[in-house]
Amino acid sequence: MSIKTLAKNVRQYKLPAILAPILVALEVAVECILPLVILKFMGTIQIRNGATLNVGEVVLYSCILVSMALVAIVLGVLSGIFAARASAGFATNLRQNLFYNIQNFSFANIDKFSTSSLVTRLTTDVTNMQDGFMALIRIAVRFPLMVIGSLISIFILQWQVGLIFLGLIPILSIILFTVFKSAHPVFKTGLGKYDVLNRNVRENIKAIRVIKSFNREEFEKKKFDNSANQLYKYFGKGEKIIAINSPSMLFCVWGAIILVCLTVGMLAKGAVQSGGAVTEGQTLAIYLMYGYLIFAAIMQFSMVLIMFAIASPSINRILQVIQETSTIDSPKNAITEVEDGSIVFKNVNFKYNVESDKYALKNINLTIQSGETIGIIGATGAAKSSFVNLIPRLYDVTEGEVLVGGKDVRTYDLEALRNAVAMVLQKNLLFSGSIIENLRWGKEDASMEEMQYACKLACADDFIQTFPEQYNTYIEQGGSNLSGGQRQRVCIARALLKNPKILILDDSTSAVDTKTDAFIRKSFRDEIPNVTKLIIAQRISSLQDADKIIVLDGGKIESVGSHEELLQTSKIYSDIYTSQMKTTENALGNIFMENQKKEGN
Amino acid sequence: MSHSHTMQKVPTFKTLGRLLKNVFKYTKWRPAVVIFCILFVTIAGSSSTIWIGYMTNNVLIVGSSVNGVLITWKDVAPAFLHMMIAMLIVYGVGLIASAIQNYLMAIVVQSFLLKTRQNLFYRMESLPLRYFDTNNHGDIMSTYTNDIDATRQLIGIALPQLLQATLFCVFAFVLMLMYSIWLWLIAMLGFAVMLASLAILGGKSGKNFVKQQHALAKVEGFIEEMMGGQRVIKVFCHEEQAKKDFDKINAEYNQASSTANSYANSLMPVIMNIGNLMYVVAAVVGAVLVALSAKNIALGNYVGLGSALKLDPNGFMTIAVVVVFINLSRQFSINVGQIAMQTNAVVVGIAGASRVFALMDEQPETDNGYIRLVLAQKDNNGNLQEVKNMGNVWAWKDARANILTELKGVVQFKEVNFGYNANKTVLHDINLIAKEGQKIAFVGATGAGKTTITNLINRFYDIQSGEICYDGIDIRKIKKEDLRRSLGIVLQDTNLFTGTILENIRYGKLNATDEECIEAAKLANAHDFISRLPDGYHTVLKHEASNLSQGQRQLISIARVAVANPPVMILDEATSSIDTKTEALVQKGMDSLMRGRTVFVIAHRLSTIQNADCIMVLDKGRIIERGNHEKLLRERGIYYQLCTGALEIE
Repeated sequence: MSIKTLAKNVRQYKLPAILAPILVALEVAVECILPLVILKFMGTIQIRNGATLNVGEVVLYSCILVSMALVAIVLGVLSGIFAARASAGFATNLRQNLFYNIQNFSFANIDKFSTSSLVTRLTTDVTNMQDGFMALIRIAVRFPLMVIGSLISIFILQWQVGLIFLGLIPILSIILFTVFKSAHPVFKTGLGKYDVLNRNVRENIKAIRVIKSFNREEFEKKKFDNSANQLYKYFGKGEKIIAINSPSMLFCVWGAIILVCLTVGMLAKGAVQSGGAVTEGQTLAIYLMYGYLIFAAIMQFSMVLIMFAIASPSINRILQVIQETSTIDSPKNAITEVEDGSIVFKNVNFKYNVESDKYALKNINLTIQSGETIGIIGATGAAKSSFVNLIPRLYDVTEGEVLVGGKDVRTYDLEALRNAVAMVLQKNLLFSGSIIENLRWGKEDASMEEMQYACKLACADDFIQTFPEQYNTYIEQGGSNLSGGQRQRVCIARALLKNPKILILDDSTSAVDTKTDAFIRKSFRDEIPNVTKLIIAQRISSLQDADKIIVLDGGKIESVGSHEELLQTSKIYSDIYTSQMKTTENALGNIFMENQKKEGN
Repeated sequence: MSHSHTMQKVPTFKTLGRLLKNVFKYTKWRPAVVIFCILFVTIAGSSSTIWIGYMTNNVLIVGSSVNGVLITWKDVAPAFLHMMIAMLIVYGVGLIASAIQNYLMAIVVQSFLLKTRQNLFYRMESLPLRYFDTNNHGDIMSTYTNDIDATRQLIGIALPQLLQATLFCVFAFVLMLMYSIWLWLIAMLGFAVMLASLAILGGKSGKNFVKQQHALAKVEGFIEEMMGGQRVIKVFCHEEQAKKDFDKINAEYNQASSTANSYANSLMPVIMNIGNLMYVVAAVVGAVLVALSAKNIALGNYVGLGSALKLDPNGFMTIAVVVVFINLSRQFSINVGQIAMQTNAVVVGIAGASRVFALMDEQPETDNGYIRLVLAQKDNNGNLQEVKNMGNVWAWKDARANILTELKGVVQFKEVNFGYNANKTVLHDINLIAKEGQKIAFVGATGAGKTTITNLINRFYDIQSGEICYDGIDIRKIKKEDLRRSLGIVLQDTNLFTGTILENIRYGKLNATDEECIEAAKLANAHDFISRLPDGYHTVLKHEASNLSQGQRQLISIARVAVANPPVMILDEATSSIDTKTEALVQKGMDSLMRGRTVFVIAHRLSTIQNADCIMVLDKGRIIERGNHEKLLRERGIYYQLCTGALEIE
């Protein structure tokens, strides 16, 4: 089942994926036959008792040998190329499949996996699979064929020698398997310790300022020594177990040589007595050659086994992502037009995890008219973000319904809904690329004028104009070459370009200075009056001129009203207001006003 | 994975030599025994040619007639018995050698890794902050993972196999020479062709693997960015575009990987079959020489091994020589193949080792300070006496003059200039004085140099000119360890460690009792929320303490400094939006911590610094305004604009 899911990713590389093992099989066949032909050839150059060299036979067999070697080169190279293509292709498809599926993830799906774990799955795990796949179609095919082919050849030549090999194969296999079995758990534990060590180092690199300022270098060294010694213990133990492999292999190969020589000697004894033919030296050499081929194949297979053991957790991690189905999809016969920017919450309950009994939002009932400006405030964990996330259907309600433009959000086509509801996330991101490229996330074919207009609304045009390359300025990953406030303004402009019916700003002006913040709000009021605006903020000054302010507390609406109303009715709101009034910005505002008055006088 | 290849190239052999030297240094006699064992294993491994030759010449002649006398089994039985005994001995010894070799190798590799990791880490801990600020953290990390792993492959697998294969090749090389120089020349021709194809294919494969690495790094970078921004992608319905961009980069990787592996996969079959061709050519030429009754030139004859090798006493080429020779040549090519298989591991391993050494060669932080910070007992007359513990004051102790001076906590900057690079000054002509118990605040836009100032006080970086004095002592004269002990820092980035909350608080003072830690948490206002956690102080922080909110992490980091109880503090406030309630808690925690200490505050919110004794407004590395809150407001300068919200602080 799971293997089938993975195997599907071979897709357009089926041909090389099938050809590679077939060519490997042919190559093995050539390799198995080659010693037999060599033996024939040796017979032709072996001139006994003054007989003359049969030139014709020598030429014939040397031609056969040369062409076999050439064929083997071609087969080997082609199978190598096909295997490389197939496995690289497989990895490419697998990675694509993962990436595509992640694109279908809803927020709830994304919550399940951390970013770094997704990155590992798409990189290291896929690379492991690529190596594993290549090993599978090359070595895993090669091994049994090589063993069988060599055994057949050797039985044709001398069944007694064949019996020796046949008897030794299970011995070596059992030893290797036992070693693998007992070493695997040790290495697994060791890998866990390895993670601890790496985490330790990562923390050290990151927290070096803390370490240095507390003079904790020696302490950290001791901590590290501890992890490193644990690693030494487990890997040392594991490697000592693995150390049995190589002597075991030699035991079998050399044991085979001794037994073969003994058998050949005994056969010679018997042959002399019964008047039969004595085995020749070169035939003995050929026996040993087959022995080498057989045991080397088993050894290689054991290495592949180890490789698979390493890759097997990768399989599970990849399958987890591939088999994850999106919790949110567009319905059939979806509505593709959002009427207006009105929002209604009807008896909405919401929890992030169906199994948990803790509701993030409880009993929300609210109606927002199209074009209204709504402020949302509340402490961390008050569920402000959860509240707005339900509107563009980033999450689905657990109970009740959310209506946008008069219709349940679950009846809309997702893209249509999200195009109508522009959202600037709290943890907003710009991507590496020019400002223009980033802005065009909002509208793919936005003209320069449109972009400039959006940036003017978001108060971003001014600072962009001061950059030497203006709108072509390259933004580093995560927007690290812009200040926090600048980043937020570009993000707002990007959202505005969607020309939405509803605009949600989730704490998106926290780093913008109050004056610019006010200016942005003013331009919203003047330029996009019909767009419903929801603004989450920590600063009361960002909200106080909203039509309605919603105070959230512990997942419930504590109160709704205008700034003046809430100062009277909401304890939470007035508390926040008082504490913020104490802060410089506002206190200063008063001094500022006083000064203005004085100057006015 | 995404290594920046900026460092200068160290000669390969120098790196390899240093690596081997370290192996010997770390694991003493063991590698020598391993090499010795490898020698035995190789001899045993290559002896099969001798057995075949012996069997052919001494045992399998049974039934034939020499000079008209029929050879019976009785004639050859002793030789056969001797050979059997010899085989048992040689292989027995070989087997024991192999067991010892592999067992010791396990120890050698793991000891080497342990010591290398330790040395690497020890060196890293001693490096100046500049190293961590200028190097990509992912790259440093990759030295511990990818690079060390590459050296493990090199030392544990590639080198022993290489040694074994090379030894074998040398044996075969000499033996072949002993048997026949004519055939030897053919073998060498084959060998040359093998080497040439190894150079061509190996080179191509190496070059393409580098390309593959670059492509992979690109894929990783893209994925990292996209996974991080997945929510933004959803919100903007950007999925299809993301898929398109991904497909392009993914296809590039596919191409590169496919090409690189194609070359790598071709290498073995090509070399092995050139070996087969060589075998045929040698056999044909041998047969022709025999048929033509040509003279053989064999080194064996000249060193007195002619009869032992059963060379023709008349100097003719014989079929027995050809048979033994071509067997040798076949094994020779198998071993060249072994060498070829390891070349990639060697190249990657040496590159990895050179990066490991590069980190080990970084210059550690220097410290020429001789003034120490000690605990002292101050008596009623104001005289100081150094004590081991339970002192009532901190004192500076000049180790040369043996004079104790009480620590006051006065920090002064005199005409300080500083730049992270010599040619780009970040701070210009900074003059300031923080008197005992004063609170000094720095404000200014991002990049104005606020954080840089704090980097200088504790000598994370050294200034280019001017002087920073601590109680009148140039900080360069103070032992770094003691200087830093006297300065507590709370950073924006809290950097808590994996472990319990208690352990994290105790980080400030390793011998602090549980009670002291709890006291500190109370002082920092962290006690309440910690007590409410199900496991209280024993709550384990994981994944960079993601199970706590930013504000809570901040509170723990304040408690961590509180337990250390330093006389001077540097506080870098958190910028991210903490809600008003938590912010008030954090602020209260910081306030109680500041009491009675000299404090430098880097302000990201103006509300917190109104009561500062002096506020320094920084702009482009210069102090452009200074004074207390009221004074600066009156001046109507930048500070005023910041306060009225006319300028962005971040």
